[in-house]
Amino acid sequence: MGVSIEVNNLNAWYGTNHTLQDITLHIPANEATALIGPSGCGKSTFVRCLNRMHETNPIAKVTGEVRVGGLDIYSETSAVEVRRRIGMVFQRPNPFPTMSIYDNVASGLRLNGYRNRRTLDEVVERSLKQSALWDEVKDELKKKSGASLSGGQQQRLCIARALAVDPEVLLMDEPASALDPVSTAKIEDLIFQLKSQYTIVIVTHNMQQAARVAERTGFFLNGRLVEFDSTHKIFTNPGDKRTEDYITGRFG
Amino acid sequence: MASGLAVLATILVIAPLVAIFIDLVYKGASSLNLNFFTKLPAPVGENGGGMANAIVGSAVLLTLASAIGVPIGIAAGIYLSEYGRGTKLSNVVRFTADVLNGVPSIVMGIAVYALIVVPEKSFSAFAGGVVLGIMMVPTVARTTEEMLLMVPHSIREAALGLGVPAWRSVLSITLRTAMPGVITGCMLAFARVAGETAPLLFTALGNDFWSTSLRQPIEALPLQIYVYALGAYDEWHRLAWAGSLVLIALIVVSVSLVRYVTTRGVLKGAA
Repeated sequence: MGVSIEVNNLNAWYGTNHTLQDITLHIPANEATALIGPSGCGKSTFVRCLNRMHETNPIAKVTGEVRVGGLDIYSETSAVEVRRRIGMVFQRPNPFPTMSIYDNVASGLRLNGYRNRRTLDEVVERSLKQSALWDEVKDELKKKSGASLSGGQQQRLCIARALAVDPEVLLMDEPASALDPVSTAKIEDLIFQLKSQYTIVIVTHNMQQAARVAERTGFFLNGRLVEFDSTHKIFTNPGDKRTEDYITGRFG
Repeated sequence: MASGLAVLATILVIAPLVAIFIDLVYKGASSLNLNFFTKLPAPVGENGGGMANAIVGSAVLLTLASAIGVPIGIAAGIYLSEYGRGTKLSNVVRFTADVLNGVPSIVMGIAVYALIVVPEKSFSAFAGGVVLGIMMVPTVARTTEEMLLMVPHSIREAALGLGVPAWRSVLSITLRTAMPGVITGCMLAFARVAGETAPLLFTALGNDFWSTSLRQPIEALPLQIYVYALGAYDEWHRLAWAGSLVLIALIVVSVSLVRYVTTRGVLKGAA
């Protein structure tokens, strides 16, 4: 089951660049939340702060509080533990190139020490079914490399890989921006199905996409959260002039 | 015109290798028989005999050298690429490796002679293995570093994003992805030290008799070739040619074998 995310006064810096300023918001459980905004507005940095991926960059610094399911992820647990509970799907599909489809999906469990064959078989099948890839690959799970799939299939493979470790939250950083329209539609269908079981946060450049998949939408601009409300409200009756300008295409 | 030049250049590159190989087979193959692989060298003045002790000796030396050079080299390469980016220590390590790569092999031999042979008061297979192992380190380290740097950043992020500890991600994902290139680097280093003679002259020394002990002097193919090629007997010259052929064959076979074993599991379509 998904859990809610509570963010209080989150600030982030890359070097001296203050990329996120006083972000406070509540992301409810088992919903899809979209984050929109122009390039460089801080939305990608924000999702990276939710699973401490920003720490892979040595010049990044963060203050503030992020609680996932009540747990303070900065003070009460480790980065490794956080990332097991919060899966991430990246902008460009990044399957492990030397691994088969099966090994890609099983990698998260295997690298954390699980060895039981039957459990792994079950998890791989369940995850690939959840990501709507099972029927396309079930006959060559162990024969074909993950990198030999098409771009859209690779991205669904990456989603399966993230789901296999049974996270509570799924972060998606522009998951469809490198894909064609048909593959994009499949990813959006998936988000629709997955949000009953997981809390989903999706960063997108595509406002129609936000409107289609998300219950709530946040608008970021210059490192600040300008507005956060129901998607319907944001797109029909935004409370802030800047939000209105952005969604009507006057800038960005 | 351009393609003609390219073909010419290709021929110029391949020709020396083919010429050496043909010459070796022509002069060495006639002396290759079962005795060559099973017998010790014959006493001076007698015909026959073989290089069994040198073949085994080379195998012992190269195994020890790889056991030292490969892990240290790979670990240093991992440090340079994954942990030490931009630090002072990594610059020092990288510079040292490049200098070490350029140190003449006989100087390496002298150093190990002073550090191991003199204090132990004995030439030994161990000292020979150590000097060859040290000579492997810079090549292995630098190729490992370069191969790891070619692994896309997104692959590292994928592993970390799954909640995999950093050390595990480095070994099981980054290093594994770069493995074919890393193995090529190890094979290059291996092939290079397999033919080294100078550093063995005053470390492993050579030995006319059976020995597999690491504490005793040991024979090696390049040493045996060196002694026989300079010898006064036609029989010795023939054996030296045969020894050279076996040495080249040994290198080609072990390199191909490692390649075969390590690429067998690779899937179609993998990078």
